[in-house]
Amino acid sequence: MTSSPFLRAVVARFGLACAVLVTIGVATALLLLTAGFPVGAGVAALWSGAVGSWYALTSATLVRTIPLMFTGAAVAVAFRAGVFNIGAEGQLLMGAAGATAVALTAQLQQWPSVIVILLALIVAAGAGAVWAGVAAALRNRFGVLEVISTIMLNFVALYTISYLVRGPLQEPTHVYPQSAEIADRLHLPRLAGAGRLHAGLLLAVLLIAVLGWAIRHTAIGFRLIATGENPAAAESAGGIDVSRVTTRAFMCSGALAGLAGGVEVLGVTFALYENISPGYGYTAIAVALLAGLDPWRVAVSALLFGALEAGAGAMQRDAGVPASLVSVIEALLIVIIVAAQAIRLRRRSSGALSDVGTSRA
Amino acid sequence: MTASPHGGAQLALRLTNIDKRFDGVQALDAAHLDVKRGTIHAVLGENGAGKTTLLRIAYGIVRPDAGTITINGVTRSLGSPADAIACGLGMVHQHFTLVPVMTVAENIALGGRRRLDRGEVIRRVRTIGEQTGFALDPLARVESLSVSAQQRVEIAKALSREAGVLILDEPTAVLAPAESTELLRWLRRYVEAGNAAVLITHKLREALAVADDVTVLRHGHVVLTAAAGSVTSASLTEAMLGEDTDVDDTLTAPVSSESSRLHRRTTSTRPESNEQPRVVFDATGLTVTDVAGIARLRDASFSIAEGEIVGIAGVDGSGHRELLRAIAGRARAVTGSLRRPSSVGFIPEDRHHDAVLLDRSLAENVALRGAGDRRGIIDWADVRRETETMMRTFDVRAPSARVIMRTLSGGNQQKLVLARELEVNGAAEPYAIVAENPTRGLDVRATAEVHARLCAARDAGAAIVMYSSDIDEVLLLATRVLVTYAGAVREVACDRESIGRAMLGLG
Repeated sequence: MTSSPFLRAVVARFGLACAVLVTIGVATALLLLTAGFPVGAGVAALWSGAVGSWYALTSATLVRTIPLMFTGAAVAVAFRAGVFNIGAEGQLLMGAAGATAVALTAQLQQWPSVIVILLALIVAAGAGAVWAGVAAALRNRFGVLEVISTIMLNFVALYTISYLVRGPLQEPTHVYPQSAEIADRLHLPRLAGAGRLHAGLLLAVLLIAVLGWAIRHTAIGFRLIATGENPAAAESAGGIDVSRVTTRAFMCSGALAGLAGGVEVLGVTFALYENISPGYGYTAIAVALLAGLDPWRVAVSALLFGALEAGAGAMQRDAGVPASLVSVIEALLIVIIVAAQAIRLRRRSSGALSDVGTSRA
Repeated sequence: MTASPHGGAQLALRLTNIDKRFDGVQALDAAHLDVKRGTIHAVLGENGAGKTTLLRIAYGIVRPDAGTITINGVTRSLGSPADAIACGLGMVHQHFTLVPVMTVAENIALGGRRRLDRGEVIRRVRTIGEQTGFALDPLARVESLSVSAQQRVEIAKALSREAGVLILDEPTAVLAPAESTELLRWLRRYVEAGNAAVLITHKLREALAVADDVTVLRHGHVVLTAAAGSVTSASLTEAMLGEDTDVDDTLTAPVSSESSRLHRRTTSTRPESNEQPRVVFDATGLTVTDVAGIARLRDASFSIAEGEIVGIAGVDGSGHRELLRAIAGRARAVTGSLRRPSSVGFIPEDRHHDAVLLDRSLAENVALRGAGDRRGIIDWADVRRETETMMRTFDVRAPSARVIMRTLSGGNQQKLVLARELEVNGAAEPYAIVAENPTRGLDVRATAEVHARLCAARDAGAAIVMYSSDIDEVLLLATRVLVTYAGAVREVACDRESIGRAMLGLG
């Protein structure tokens, strides 16, 4: 085959995307086949549940895309700075709790809805940032690895929610482990003609745009990248205060994840309960890695994962295939991405660089 | 020990005609070494003389290009340290090869082939402890041990594999004087039991005091082999430093003519020679402590003016690293007074670790300087233009400023670092550069270009501080020389003899 430069450019640029789509298709079919489910019906249900109709696209896929955009961006920001924040899930939960508390308290007052919504979102971001700040402080003061502390804090957050919905934030009848419903006027506005899709999408797109621009064009963004790439050089050659940059990136990451929780409460669930997130904070890691930690690509990969999650639900409902099958596919995707990056890295480092490292001793 | 009538059998280790080249640099040229059983053999030489490489070849870490290795009278081909260990060799590296989180017993068992029997290993460690007189707690974690205790673990590791020839690379460099004495006393007992030891060192006194035989390497050649009793400190110094500079002149030939021309253009010939040059760095009582709170540089006082290159020389661990970082403003825990410009260009030795972002573009690498103080929006088009100007003036061979740093050759990477750090930022401030082994790993042409750039910067009025592990490079460029030894800084005359002696802590 004469591989034209054009074809090669296409493969170089979209190789990973193609691999991802092929993996999804082949893996789904194989898994269905081995588990003894009808392949055709399963794939059809997955497809129609995700993008088969305007309703599926907006009310199922895009609604799930929103929290994945926030948390994916959160993970990307942290990873870019070399901070391995695995705690987006916990930060999301704390954000959700914060937003719920503000909304439930403020709806008793006659404050304008816009102000209350903004306040709830700010508190959500703040709660996420504080939750990430705990891990950042542990890292700075005691050298605790953030991979460990954030994952542990996820459980602390989960049980904190558990307590809140059975204690201070429980609904007035004290029967169900959930908070009271947030008043209609404090819900995020729905986008016209798009079913359950809410204005959180606009906020997510806006934040991703700001983030993408800031990383590329501002001094703060450059410090973030330099620190993540090589903290020693950032400090020595750039005079960058590395621990300040990583702390800020960590808290910014927490704020984004917290916003995911706030937006979810005000736009989708309208109440706080334990299972408010089906693991958006964990899926976010895959979202961010697939996107190569680039904010705009995070939006695209969030859409892909949103579609998968939406399709999984439909597959379970309509074809009787367990939704956990999609979790397997998501896990496979992560393996492929990590492997692809490792191969790319090895190729890169085996090029050039023949005249360095001459050790005379 | 059995004294065999055959000369060969008396030799525990024999290296003959060893050649080794690293990327065009002749590290060893027909080097030889005979280590007799029952003796301590000191291998002396300056940094880069090839002493560690020679013994790494003996231990199977490095494969020689030519030459033979004979262990206990049998010629061997060593593919790896495992082969050397099987032949009864042991090596204690300068940088220990222990696993910090594991216990002493586990470290000693590491590399064994059979099933791990903890009880057996612990008993073995205890036995070695009794035989050697080392206090070894088999269950202590290595990271909790002092440096000297870690060294004893390294030795015990070699002994547990029944090493009959022990190679120690600068073993006393990390020890306090009393610990050194104790180690060397033990080493004497070890060889008296019929073993042999090779001591790689640059400390003359130690070699003379403890060794039976001495071999001196210079620029990869064995320049002297003798019984320790037949040499003096003076003759060893002379052998180590040599009088001729031929070998290195050939290496730096392309610049020597140009640079000696530049050299003559010292401050005295500059138009404003009647004015006193401005002092750029002024230090009094400068002390730098490391993370453990140990002073690595003590009470240093010096001043450096514009338009001069001050060379720094010193053996590893003598404090030159800390001195350079303090001057460059990259050190923490500095006490004493130091007047320096707020922005000093710094060319660190390990450029991949400390100077560049390998996976970012050249423009981003240029923008890195001063990134900590940058505010607002970065005009990348402007940075790219600036980068491309630098690439032209410094002859950095790359298609554009968008190219990823990693794809450049080492020489081109270093030239870009140099361009970035030599950039004059604002005429108000004196222009100052600190360079640490700036030509490490570069070929002859790139080395010459780096030298020319530094001289040009000096002539433009920069104050330059340059460390090199190669005395000849210091001599080639420097107008004054500071030598560090055991944390103290001293100015010495600009000649090989004085620098070499000061590096070794001699008068």
